[in-house]
Amino acid sequence: MYSESFEYFRPKTLAEASALLKKHRGARVLAGGHSLLPAMKFRLATPKALVDIGAIKGLSGIAAKGKAIGIGATTVHAEVAASKLLQRSCPLLPETAAQIGDVQVRNRGTIGGSIAHADPAADYPTALVALGATVVVRGPRGERKIPAEDFFVDLFTTALKPGEIVTAVLVPVSGKGTGAAYLKHPHPASRYAVAAAAAVVDVANGVCSRASLVIGGVSATPVRVLKAQDALVGKKPDAASIGAAAAQVEALVPDPMGDVYASGEFRVHLASVLAKRALAAAFERAKKG
Amino acid sequence: MRFGVSITVNGARRKHEVEPRLLLVHYLRETLGLTGTNVGCDTSQCGACTVLLDGKAVKSCTMLAVQAEGASITTIEGLAKNGKLHPVQEAFREKHGLQCGFCTPGMVLTACHLLEKNPKPSDADIRHGLEGNLCRCTGYQNIVAAVKEAAARM
Amino acid sequence: MASKVFGSAVRRKEDPRLLTGQAKFTDDFTLPHMAHLAVVRSPYAHARVKAIRTKKAAAMDGVLGVFTGKDMKDAGFGPIPCAWVVPGSNAKTPPYPPIALDVVRYVGNAVAIVVATDRYVARDAAEAVEVDYEPLPVVVDAKKATEKGRPQLHADVPNNLAFTWTVAGGDVDAAFKAADVVVSERIVNQRLIPNAMEARAALADYRSATGEVTLWVTSQNPHIVRFLLSLDTGIPEQKIRVIAPEVGGGFGSKIPHYPEDTMVIFASKQCGCPVKWTETRSENYRGTIHGRDHIQDVEMAAKKDGTITGLRATVWANMGAYLSTASTGIPTILHGLMLSGAYDIKNIREVVHGVFTNTTPTDAYRGAGRPEATFMVERLVDLVAAKLKMDPVEIRKKNFIPPFTDGHAVATGLTYDSGNYIAALEKALQILDYKALRAKQADLRKKGEHIGVGFCTYAEICGLGPSKVAGAVGFGGGLWESAIVRFHPSGKVNVFVGISPHGQGEETTFAQIVSSELGVPVEDVEVFHGDTGQTPMGWGSYGSRSTPVGSGALMGAIVKIRDKAKIVAAHLLEASVDDVVYGDGKFSIKGAPSKAKTIQDIALMANVAWNYPAGVEPGLEASAFFDPSNFVYPFGAHAAVVRVDVETGEIRLERYVAVDDCGRVINPMIVEGQIHGGVVQGIGQALWEGAAYDDAGQLLTGTMMDYALPKADAFPTFELAMTETPTKVNPLGVKGIGETGTIASTAAVYNAVMDALAPLGVSKVDMPLTPERVWRAVRDARR
Repeated sequence: MYSESFEYFRPKTLAEASALLKKHRGARVLAGGHSLLPAMKFRLATPKALVDIGAIKGLSGIAAKGKAIGIGATTVHAEVAASKLLQRSCPLLPETAAQIGDVQVRNRGTIGGSIAHADPAADYPTALVALGATVVVRGPRGERKIPAEDFFVDLFTTALKPGEIVTAVLVPVSGKGTGAAYLKHPHPASRYAVAAAAAVVDVANGVCSRASLVIGGVSATPVRVLKAQDALVGKKPDAASIGAAAAQVEALVPDPMGDVYASGEFRVHLASVLAKRALAAAFERAKKG
Repeated sequence: MRFGVSITVNGARRKHEVEPRLLLVHYLRETLGLTGTNVGCDTSQCGACTVLLDGKAVKSCTMLAVQAEGASITTIEGLAKNGKLHPVQEAFREKHGLQCGFCTPGMVLTACHLLEKNPKPSDADIRHGLEGNLCRCTGYQNIVAAVKEAAARM
Repeated sequence: MASKVFGSAVRRKEDPRLLTGQAKFTDDFTLPHMAHLAVVRSPYAHARVKAIRTKKAAAMDGVLGVFTGKDMKDAGFGPIPCAWVVPGSNAKTPPYPPIALDVVRYVGNAVAIVVATDRYVARDAAEAVEVDYEPLPVVVDAKKATEKGRPQLHADVPNNLAFTWTVAGGDVDAAFKAADVVVSERIVNQRLIPNAMEARAALADYRSATGEVTLWVTSQNPHIVRFLLSLDTGIPEQKIRVIAPEVGGGFGSKIPHYPEDTMVIFASKQCGCPVKWTETRSENYRGTIHGRDHIQDVEMAAKKDGTITGLRATVWANMGAYLSTASTGIPTILHGLMLSGAYDIKNIREVVHGVFTNTTPTDAYRGAGRPEATFMVERLVDLVAAKLKMDPVEIRKKNFIPPFTDGHAVATGLTYDSGNYIAALEKALQILDYKALRAKQADLRKKGEHIGVGFCTYAEICGLGPSKVAGAVGFGGGLWESAIVRFHPSGKVNVFVGISPHGQGEETTFAQIVSSELGVPVEDVEVFHGDTGQTPMGWGSYGSRSTPVGSGALMGAIVKIRDKAKIVAAHLLEASVDDVVYGDGKFSIKGAPSKAKTIQDIALMANVAWNYPAGVEPGLEASAFFDPSNFVYPFGAHAAVVRVDVETGEIRLERYVAVDDCGRVINPMIVEGQIHGGVVQGIGQALWEGAAYDDAGQLLTGTMMDYALPKADAFPTFELAMTETPTKVNPLGVKGIGETGTIASTAAVYNAVMDALAPLGVSKVDMPLTPERVWRAVRDARR
């Protein structure tokens, strides 16, 4: 399939890119293109112009920034997956990145592109919300920092305003006693998440002091399982408390998404099983960490 | 609208004016006549169009030619040197890692990338590393054997 | 016979070009002034076409023409013929116009075509063609389509019944009356999308001065395509050259003659330039045939001791919206006649309804009818065993046809050529270490782990086949094969064959045969195929026929070459022909082996004819045709070990054992490769693959993002073994191996999953065994 014609721009700076987006109504930002180009090939997306941010310097790379780690928007999944810094300081993110798509997709797809696309079956959003990450965006009115939880607004919809571009993602450095896990049931064809669970837990003196559980793939945006926190915090993480926390998933999504491969009901069930397993793995890691 | 691109393909610098919407795979196949890179799907699943972009396996059907500006690309035509097959190509022949051969260029280049990153892969590493390449003929078993054989030869 | 080459894993001659990107598939060809064709396809499954507005598209830069079905009809291009109409089945063959004339009957049905100078522009223009549709009611389910009051697809086809065909042997009703146990099952053998990695393409170059056309096309049988083109394009057969260049897999989907074949010829004629059409994958999912799609109501009768006495079935076979080239033969001849499987089931009756629905037409897909039969039999055998609390191995052993080498007649009327089913099963059991495996399974079950072992002991029919039978069952052609062996003065050889391999490696195996039989190195033999302008008439590559039938023709030519070479050798050696013997590539005088001529010596003299026997034609070339006396019947025993996560419904394949028997093996490496690929395709059907339509006839699995093909990481290393039971049907004793894996593995894996779930009370889950279906079955059984 072949896309419709469009104008193409390759700015050198973010300011230039913002100006182009403002000038060309309906223009889309092109990074790795692994969400946008397939949609354009099917003519499901027909932007009149593309602003390719691939040539803008400083948008790619992973570096420590105080108590956080910054990941540039055009950093590809393979780089996140292989980052020693992240594996040491925020292992949930490389674990998630390694499960995206396939080798070739991970070599081209970018973290900024993935989250700006806000596909409900994507992997990063679930993990980023669980981590309490921050999305850094820049637009005509300067820079904004948006909590990941607020960034994903709806199906393929983010908090980005016209002219704004994702420039980086900030993830917190996990401390001692923190454990995390991302588990997904991949679609057998697309490898997108049919259901996913990200768990981040803190354990102090054998007792859970924080439990962040987020599920993906079942709803328009990642869903935080707030009651999992209640079921776990202050308790010893064991089969009973983990089971009670995971059981909260089933009641949480009244109207889950379904398709020919997996109904909404099954997705929620899968999510609860994955939640249980992710929590168990996270606590196991917290013990070792 | 046409856009100038300068791309190094199999070691030679190529310059063309292309339509922005031209996919890299069609640039290779139609503009350059390098028809070894195949198109097997339209949703980035099959991997038949895989080429090495600055040494990394990418799907050339999910990339615009203009995005390859300044990059260095290796296609299947660029793998054999001076008429001698690359060890991965040799191993595919030795282990019968191909039947109809349509997925083979992409499979071979993905295998090259895999071995670059992991020179001594296990069967599981190889199978996982090939998840972005579909083959309908071989059932993968001999492809896995071929990649192992190539690892031993390289 | 020099056994070094025959039977050894000679590396493939096909590989160097394929490994370097130098192979040329259809879409790789570019001709001067070539234009591109794009097809406007119906988004509706059933609709009346009220108006087609082409002006906007035609006015676009680079557009050479926009054409409709009426344009093609007016130019004398007729409907696409169905080439296999099973007799005695009241078959209806409504016309299949290459571009719909007034009604579209499936999503993807062509409504217009656009020709432009560039493939992107052609697509732009296709999008600009405006079509007004009046939607009509839709039916997609084959059984429902036969009910009263359902939407009707074609005039004069009441209840959408394309045909009704019956096979019967013995007295099935008496068998069921007398049975100790009867099991019954509704099996949905789901619709599959073949997914050759190369989608289809066609490039036509029509010359108005001569009225000749060359068509490069992704075909498994260019001679059949040429024959059919002569019927629907009005171009006489001798002026049509069909070339199947490198073909990237077929699996049956490149047997049919398709509408696009005629579209490009029409467009080339209209536009005065070569025209190419290249299918996209999403187009392929709608416009290229699908396979399987049976609803089967099956019953099996047995005695208390496990003796199976009867099989009774009604099948609704979904034919899609039109009858594709070989379609009616698949759920009948290639399905119903194989219902005895590897067993002696004395009483069999099956009624098959071929049904039109608003879906993509179905036709042969790897195994073609036999997987649907094998699954039916092998599943029911397990159900009988379960009911009698017998081991699935024991019931199979009890009912196998005993070993035979000279033919065995079964109730459906076929006579199997040779078989030793018990030997294959024993070998599989030994590899599995069956007793230990069952002990381990019992142990794990106590720990709450769900492991299952499943078997499929199949016999299948292939090597199509005797032409006399082809005619009797309504196949619109012969099923013999042909070969020409041509020696050049230098002693090198070209072989020209009527088969059209597309990945199976006959360029290598046929060179091995020539090498073994005539003493020529394999590298001195090149095999040509797939070009009607170059190769002798032949019926193509499908039904695992290329080697069993094609090698028969090749052997015929080899024998002729040898006979003639003997005459030339006798002349050169100044001996009587009767005194010349052949061995290891040399012709020598009986008792005086030092006096000898090599085949190369003889090839030189035959080609220059300087010193030559009187009355003998010069040249060393022979042509032969081979029409087999019977089909061949490969068989084997496959076993799968699976682990089921009952919490998520996920299935992991832990082991797969395949013991196959294809008679004598020419190249074990190639045979194993065929088995690997076939097994994976069959497992794909059991676990992941399934084309799904909604009630409006929209394909829900319309791209490779939705239709799940097997990937490398889903499989363990398969454990393969062979037994060897030659056939007498062809000179080399070979049987086909292209489809056995697919025929066997679906049932083996399915039975393994049901074995794993048996303690939970689950005995049925529809395929593909997706996690959700497994999870629901387990949950429902527990309730």
